[in-house]
Order: sequence, then structure tokens, then C-alpha cells
Amino acid sequence: MEDEGGAKESWEPKIIGFFCNWCSYAGADLAGTSRIQYPTTIRIIKVMCSGRVNPQFVLKAFQEGADGVLVSGCHPGDCHYIEGNYHARRKLTLMEDLLEFTGVDPSRFQMSWVSASEGQKFAEVVTEFTERIKKLGPQTKLSGGEG
Amino acid sequence: MKIGVYVCECGTNISGTVDVADVAEYAKSLPNVAVSKYYKYMCSDPGQLLIKDDIKELGLTHVVVASCSPRMHEPTFRTVVEEAGMNAYCFEMANIREHCSWAHMHEKFKATEKAKDLVKMSVAKAALLEPLEKKQVPVTPAALVIGGGIAGIQTALEIAESGFKTYLVESTPSIGGRMAQLDKTFPTMDCSACILTPKMVDVARHPNIELLTYSEVTGIDGYIGNFTVTVKKKARYVDIEKCVGCGLCAEACRLKDRVDDEFNENLGKRSAIYVPFPQAVPLKYTIDPEKCIFLKTGKCGDSPPCVGACAADAINHQQEDEIIELDVGTIVVATGFDLYDPSQKPEYGYGKIKNVITGMEFERLVSASGPTEGHIEINGKEPEKVVFIQCVGSRDKEGNEYCSRVCCMYTAKHAHLVRDKIPGAEVIVYNTDVRAYGKGFEEFYVRVMDEGVKYLRRELDDQIEVVENGDKAIVKAEGHPDIEADLVVLATAIEQKKDIADISKVLKISRGADNFFLEIHPKLRPMDTATSGIFLGGCCQGPKDIPDTVAQASGAAAKATIPLAQGKIDLDPQTSFVIENNCAGCGLCVEACPYSAIELMDGKAEVNEALCRGCGLCSATCRSGAIQLKGLTDHQLISMIKSSLSEVF
Ligand code: FES
Repeated sequence: MEDEGGAKESWEPKIIGFFCNWCSYAGADLAGTSRIQYPTTIRIIKVMCSGRVNPQFVLKAFQEGADGVLVSGCHPGDCHYIEGNYHARRKLTLMEDLLEFTGVDPSRFQMSWVSASEGQKFAEVVTEFTERIKKLGPQTKLSGGEG
Repeated sequence: MKIGVYVCECGTNISGTVDVADVAEYAKSLPNVAVSKYYKYMCSDPGQLLIKDDIKELGLTHVVVASCSPRMHEPTFRTVVEEAGMNAYCFEMANIREHCSWAHMHEKFKATEKAKDLVKMSVAKAALLEPLEKKQVPVTPAALVIGGGIAGIQTALEIAESGFKTYLVESTPSIGGRMAQLDKTFPTMDCSACILTPKMVDVARHPNIELLTYSEVTGIDGYIGNFTVTVKKKARYVDIEKCVGCGLCAEACRLKDRVDDEFNENLGKRSAIYVPFPQAVPLKYTIDPEKCIFLKTGKCGDSPPCVGACAADAINHQQEDEIIELDVGTIVVATGFDLYDPSQKPEYGYGKIKNVITGMEFERLVSASGPTEGHIEINGKEPEKVVFIQCVGSRDKEGNEYCSRVCCMYTAKHAHLVRDKIPGAEVIVYNTDVRAYGKGFEEFYVRVMDEGVKYLRRELDDQIEVVENGDKAIVKAEGHPDIEADLVVLATAIEQKKDIADISKVLKISRGADNFFLEIHPKLRPMDTATSGIFLGGCCQGPKDIPDTVAQASGAAAKATIPLAQGKIDLDPQTSFVIENNCAGCGLCVEACPYSAIELMDGKAEVNEALCRGCGLCSATCRSGAIQLKGLTDHQLISMIKSSLSEVF
């Protein structure tokens, strides 16, 4: 299916992904190598570990107009830096409360565990997340945009 | 500041989906971009030259390459820019292949837009990248090999031959592994022990090898060049300095011929004090703590008879586990495999019907050193009709999807051995494709068929069932008449080790969907793991026959030797640093750091760069942004976020 013509008309969510180098970024690479197709909505930023993700980045992304933010790291216990993903989880679950307070639907933010061998899972996560954000529509609360 | 942007077509891998000319043209409009080009293969020599020439002629300060994953070619391009006199860390990559063209093959327009975004984000980050200084540290000139099967033996011998100290750690009492259990090897029919045991002896004798059997790696710390490994030497309850391997203790043991013998796949018996097999290396006895009456109850008659029998006074029931630390520069993992347990599929009748055995059990039955001294017998009789069933636990949609690669040939070998030892026997092989791909395999398979072995084909999904009938077993295979057999041999799959979760936890290397350890690149770096300095040898990476195992083990040895031979290693300069003026000395980063790389000195955090691994946990924890990661600062990350979401930046 080609989309050359109609591409600009329908609204496409903008999703920012923070992916750890060792598992999730590699999982996304594998999805590509295996030619698994998923929506073009995500822009992945590589960090060495999910524990590098400061809650500030998530807020910043929403302020700049992201419709969804996805943080992905190694499965619990598999972090390349021992326990970075536990730190990430602890910090970022608080994120959901904060978003709630600010009036952003917390389901616009998601954490997932994707290993280097889970190309299929990565594609599923992105596809489902995109669907969810599409239902929610544009995020305007923090970006101050019109939507 | 002058940024150069280079967009790769990757043949048609990228340009088939992404309009690279459009992306390159777009990049010209981005701030600080002085030049932007696209080319067929950026990583090729002419592609590299293109970048180098521009750096020199235009005086580029930063370079962005939009091509494959940085996990693939980032090191390549860093070297390229460095060779042209630019700092390697002013380089940034945009992944428009794995994350774009390959993932959106039917959405050319959107894929091109995404590629532009990815380039924009990389340019935004590149503009903030600062030159970093590489530091070098010396490499500990020693290697660790985990696992003493043929893979570990080969690896250890080759590293040791290169002149480096090598520690070989094996969890069982002897090296030798699975190969030691085999009778003959296909397709040449060499005697397995005859080719293996001399190598085992070489290991024991090699001045550069320190053999640690009955030992387990319980911890690994550090990084390439400077690993610290913790090893638990399990108590053998025998002083191996004193033990001469005479075996009088095993003769005297109250449990003589009463303990299941795992080396013989539990078809034979041993004592509670034992060597796994007569050619064991080291030939030193070990007390099985699960079985020994004295160790379990504190009493064994008036006194344990083994102690009385040992003239060397080697037995010591009070011995305790010992923990030691080893310093090594590189590590090779050669932990081997386990075999599929066919009782998971009750239709084969394994474990219930005595006539049904596994291929490995057959090996022990047919081996001259086995419990029947090489006589193939079942229920005390020579079988007249033998049925082999292939693909048990392999190529299974619900279980192991992969092909175990050795079962076709070991079954052909077994069929040949039956015909060889029992000339009148009828031999039938139920196969689901015969894969005779290796050197000499097809010829061997044809030879076995010519010897009168009957090959019957069944589909993978066809029903098959083995039922008991008196002292015989009936094999009922869909689409074939029932066969009444005296012996049924199951060709069970190669699987990852059952205790792999424990090993993985220590090693921290990923496993694939098949549960085997994951190499970093399936074609070009089959021995490398994602952790630099840790390599893979043999079946822990996937099923292999002996020649392939040995080849990969030699490769792993070569890989592990390179850093040792170089003697020093570049430390990744992308470590944390402290902006002193902002640091309040709260110490949160000190607590967060998994490597104890941060200390508070005079009320300010200080980073030990040799210990920092660059995860950035500290940076995410600091409330005042006072601790930052070089090459991935908050500022750089935020500019990527901003640029990805704005039309311009
Ligand atoms: S490295 Fe993947 S989460 Fe830490």
C-alpha cells in the first residue's frame, strides 16, 4: 500500500522513544533486519541505559508537542548496568501521577521491556501505542498547541 | 562550526524506500550544515574517502552519517573521521535503515519524512558535541574460559599457546564435556575418546593453563581488559594435591554400584566417591555431597570406609567451598548445551517404556567404556529390530523451532553402528527430512542407506506414538504401518543449558528467542557478545557439530587474544563529569552509581573515569544537573527532543 498522496491529510501522532542501547535499541534494530513493519510514528533516541532517562526529558517532550512518550529498556534483571532499569521504573512510575496532575492522560506515557531478540515485540509495542495515541488525539495540554 | 551530512543509499536497502536525494537536500537547510551528500555505499572505501576529503577540504568540525544502525558501523565511521584529523566523538549517526527504510517498506513518503527527522535530530545533537580525549589503560594479560568441553578445551589451548595465562573453569569434576560421552564421531567414525583425551591431557600439562574443575564462576566485575572474576571452588572433600586417583576409596565406598552414574546417562552405577570416567582430567576423586552417607548424616558405619582405604590420606569430609578471585583481560563463554528431555512429550513413551531410549543413552550403550562394554542390549537381549525417530524436540512450532543440526547425522551413525554390531538387525529411521549438509555427510548418509538401513519419511506434524506391547514397543506413525520394535531411539534436540538463568545473571549477556546466547552480529561477528571482551565458543551460541564447535572455539580464542596481545585498551571517554559549581554535594549520584565510580570529595562529587561505564544513571538522578554524561548531556538530549518535534530548530 502506497501512501504518497494522502499522507499529509490524516493526523499522525508524534511519539518520542528513549531506548537503551543494549536491549531495546537492538530489539528495534532486529525488527528492521527482520523487515517487520510498524507505523512511522516513533522517533527513537538512543541512551545507554533506560536509567539515563530523566523525568525531565519526558515532560520536555510533552511540552515540545509529543503526543506520546515511550521509554524502553532491558527486562528486569537483564540491565547491562545491573539495575538501571529498576531506577528507571521507580522514577518513571511517579511520572504517571505527575502527568495525571498536569492533566495529561497518563496513558500517553509508557514503559516497556524489550530485549535484543524481541523485534516482534518491539513492533507490537509501537503499533499498539500508536493506536492508543491515535484514539486520544493530539496532546495539547503541555504543548499549549491548538491540536 | 561546520557540519557535514552524508546519506547512504546502502545499495537499494535505504534508497529503495527513502528518497535519499530529498533527505540530503533537506539536510542542507539545517543550521550549521556546510555540506550534504548522498552516496551508494558510505561505508565502502570511496564513501569513506568522500567524507575524509570533505573534512580536509572544507574543514568540517562535525560529521553526521545517515545509514545503518550505529550498533553496526559507528566504530567504522569514528575511525574514518579520526583518520581525517577530526575528533572521533564529534561524529553522530542517524539510523535510517534498521529504524526506517526496512521498517516502513510500503510507506515511502512517510519513511522519507521520518528519515529527515532522524537526520535533523542527529544534526541538532552533533552541533553540541565536543571533542573528547581517549584514555588508555593496560590490559591484564590473562584470559578466562568458562566450560571445559571440546569448545573450552580448544579455546584454552589456543590462548595458552599464544603465550597468555588462561584459566579454564569447569563446573563438573572433569573436563571433556559432552564429547567425552560419545562413542564414535560422524561421518568419519573416529573414536571420540581417542581424539579428545590427548587434548584433555594437553590442557592439564600446559604451563599457561590453570585448570579449575568442580568450580563455578559466581561473579564478574569490571570491563574489557580489566575483569575481576569470582570463582567458587566447590568442596570435593578430597585434597587434590594428595589424591593419586588410585580408586581404592570408590571400591571401599558403602554405596559402591548404588549411585546413578550421570556420565553413563544413569544407565550404570558408581560410588558416592567417584571420577566421572576413567580418563578424567584431572584424575582426582570427588565425593558427591548429595549421596555420601557421611556428609548427609554425619555417620557412616564406625568410620567412613573411603577414609580407611585411602593410603594418601586425601579424604577430608570437613573441606569447605573456597572463593577465589581472578584478574583477566578477556573471557570466553563455552558453557555447552543440554539435551531435550523427551518425557515432556508423553507420546514417545520415554521414561515409561524400557525399550525407548535417547540418542545419548545409545551412545553409552554402544561405547566400549559404557555400562554394557559396548554390547547393544535392551532388557538383557540384543535387539533384532531398531527404530530411530528424528526431530524429537527440534523443529517444533510449540517448542524449539530450530533444527539441532546434529541429529540427522548422529542417527545415521547410530544406525550404522547397529548394523555393524548386530549384522542381522533390521534398522528403520523415521525422518522428517535428512539434512546432510556438512563435509562428508551426504556420502555417509548414502553409505548407511546402502548398508540396508531403511529411511521412512514422515511430515513434521504427523502423529507418532510409541506404545508398550509385552517386552516390545510398537511405533505407530501416521501414514505408515505399525512397527514392532525391540529398541526405539529418540534423536533428542540440543538445548541451552537448563541452569542458564544462573549463568546469564553472572555474565549479563543476552539470549536469543531460541534461548542460546546472542552474538552481536549473526554473520560478521558470530563470536562477539554485546559486552566487549566477552566472546562465545561452541554450542552455547547455538547447536553445532564438533568441527563447527572447534572452528568457532578457535575463532573465539583468536578474538580473546587480540586485546591481550595489544596490551592496552582504549577506554570509552563517554564518562560522567561534574560541573562543580552546580554540585550541592547531596550524594544522590554516589548512591545511584552501580560501579562505585563516584565519591564525595570536599563536599563535591568526583568521578573516577576508569570505573565509570557511562550508563548515565547519576545524571538522571542529579536534581541540579550537576553531573553529566560526555557525549549524551541533558543539553544534547533535549536538543534532540526539541528538534524532532519542531519544524526547524
Ligand atoms: S542497559 Fe538496558 S535498561 Fe539498562
